[in-house]
Amino acid sequence: MGNLLANAMPIQGLIGGLMIGTASAIMLLGVGRIAGVSGLAARAVGITAEGAPRALAIAFVIGLPLGAALVAMILGPVEARFEQGVIALVIGGLLVGFGTRLGSGCTSGHGVCGMSRLSARSLVATAAFMVTGFATVAAMNAMGLGQ
Amino acid sequence: MIRSIVVVLVAGALFGAGLAVSGMADPQRVRGFLDLFGAWDPTLAFVMGGALIPMAIAWRIQTRMAAPMAAERFALPTHRDLDPRLIGGAALFGIGWGVAGLCPGPAIADLAIAPAPAAIFIVAMLGGMMLHRLLPATPSKQGAAP
Repeated sequence: MGNLLANAMPIQGLIGGLMIGTASAIMLLGVGRIAGVSGLAARAVGITAEGAPRALAIAFVIGLPLGAALVAMILGPVEARFEQGVIALVIGGLLVGFGTRLGSGCTSGHGVCGMSRLSARSLVATAAFMVTGFATVAAMNAMGLGQ
Repeated sequence: MIRSIVVVLVAGALFGAGLAVSGMADPQRVRGFLDLFGAWDPTLAFVMGGALIPMAIAWRIQTRMAAPMAAERFALPTHRDLDPRLIGGAALFGIGWGVAGLCPGPAIADLAIAPAPAAIFIVAMLGGMMLHRLLPATPSKQGAAP
């Protein structure tokens, strides 16, 4: 177990996770909506007309970097190692954008909000993106593209 | 409306703060979780576990509420079908997640931490979303790919 957690941050992960879950709970009980970031981002920039009122989507999207900036100010530098090159960022971004629209959600909407609701669609979607995520990193490592 | 905007801004900021605290703003840590057969970093599992607890409670409370606290009504997903679009879309998303180590929430939060690479990813992500709009309205077959 010590070995398994050698590189992990279990306490920070759990605390941050509780914050993410509480934020999602505020969305649900406060304004009656799913805190699905891909859908809110698409709504905020006007790519879709469906979903939350645009002002709400914009407010949520602005809040994300605001919260991260507050943590950096209060607790010190936030680690964000971007070791992947521009090509990986562009290919990854295209697939994430296309895939989340086609699959109606991402880690937040399906992973956090849907799984906690025991939604069959979200359980299946989460299993699918976890499996392809694991497979992609394994394949990239095998091809020497690991970072 | 102002009240609901403030509520959502607070929720978004708390969400972004949670991503920063949990290490999920770091693409290498996320890739470490996805590196199941290598130097696996289980942090993301703790984040997911932590996030599911308040939400599981919130869903129980929600069933007893007639309306949300700062809006007129609940607007929640009602689809039940496990169609090819759902599975194909999630599978493609997972590939992109593995390639870049980023999903939409951390990418947007990272605009405050590492603006240049985060912006590159987000522009590409919005491009991918716009490509999806080019699909026919009921693209039941496209979803089967790959």
